[in-house]
Amino acid sequence: MAAFRQNVQAAIPALRRYARALTRNADVADDLVQDTLVRALRSEHLFQGEEVRSWLYTILTNLNRNRLRSLARRPVHTAIGDDDAIDLAGPEAGMRDIERALATLVEDQRVALLLVVLEGLTYREVAEIQGVPIGTVMSRLARARAQIKAYLDGERPALRRVK
Amino acid sequence: MFDRDQPVTEEELHAYVDGELAPERQEAVEAWLSTHPDDTARVGAWRAQAESIRSRYGAAASEPVPARFDVARLARRTWPWKSIAAAAALAFLVGGSAGWFGRDMWSEQARSEHSPFQQFTAEAVDAYNLYVVEVRHPVEVPASDADHLVQWLSKRVGYQLRAPDLEKLGLKLVGGRLLPGPTGPAAFFMYEGPSGDRYTIYCARSNAPDTALRYNDIGKATAVYWADNDIAYVVSGKGDRTKVNDVATAAYDQIDSHRTPAKSGG
Repeated sequence: MAAFRQNVQAAIPALRRYARALTRNADVADDLVQDTLVRALRSEHLFQGEEVRSWLYTILTNLNRNRLRSLARRPVHTAIGDDDAIDLAGPEAGMRDIERALATLVEDQRVALLLVVLEGLTYREVAEIQGVPIGTVMSRLARARAQIKAYLDGERPALRRVK
Repeated sequence: MFDRDQPVTEEELHAYVDGELAPERQEAVEAWLSTHPDDTARVGAWRAQAESIRSRYGAAASEPVPARFDVARLARRTWPWKSIAAAAALAFLVGGSAGWFGRDMWSEQARSEHSPFQQFTAEAVDAYNLYVVEVRHPVEVPASDADHLVQWLSKRVGYQLRAPDLEKLGLKLVGGRLLPGPTGPAAFFMYEGPSGDRYTIYCARSNAPDTALRYNDIGKATAVYWADNDIAYVVSGKGDRTKVNDVATAAYDQIDSHRTPAKSGG
């Protein structure tokens, strides 16, 4: 029980990072993290001893999907990333581009891509979190990458170096 | 050796980028890339994307974790009705629709008309609707007499109250009043923002089980309820739900950090 809570606490920074990229809004992201923690603690007794971190990613991913569904039902507009306005110049411009590119993805593809490249999870872990076969994770990744590339190529024909 | 002859698939290119490629195919993929500039460019673009994503969001993991995420504290406020929680969690895990802030997740019992949650949010929103439209007499005791207000209400509701300071959210205390509540006298504080938007906090003693923040939309108002240590609280507001949520979170945090033991007054 104490170990469970320690593992939950230790996962918070990564959950905030994931939620931030998933929602592209720091406030919404932190609310999502808090909801995730409350859900996890409430269901602590259901936890079967698998990887705590993966379980938290699963809860957060599901909560966000539900959030998007209810947003779709009752339109509330959230400006993309206006919580940390940075001028569109220099390396930040590239950051804004990737943010917009992520926004164009289908949610399942965005989840797969972020869990792999940002959170460093394996295909197998992502498959468990999304509840799909590994092949589906791979095709989501492929589509996400193709979409981002197309977006960035179209947006800025003279693609500047990202480094 | 033989692997070299097998054409490289797109899946393998992704696996190569993500460090998931079977070791025996590593060499074959590298050889393929050395003779296929288009694929090399694609792999380069994917890596650049990953790098952009990490540089855009990576820092979020190094920020100090806010106090609201303290697990020990959150655990104190989770739902004590384990079996209901289990059912709700299960419904959630199998993909049941948990609406905004999970409000659809509550069990029938929690939703029943007689639950403290329903009673308190209904009363609080009634009071909100009744008094926020008042121009001349929104409160009985104005904020200019805040010390007296808090002492008087504390005495009547039977525990030491605090009126949270919401200046950080741009809200000033207007004042407060005493109201009848579902289980006894209730204290009612009103706050006002620069554009005249008003939020209220309604609280009273109650034997309701402790909960984290719960949301209820009643008409055009949003009520955020929680119960802690035999006191039930409801923050109400209209318009932007995020703002109502921010007000509730701020009040919750302040009340939590200054909690004093309940004592009966007279």
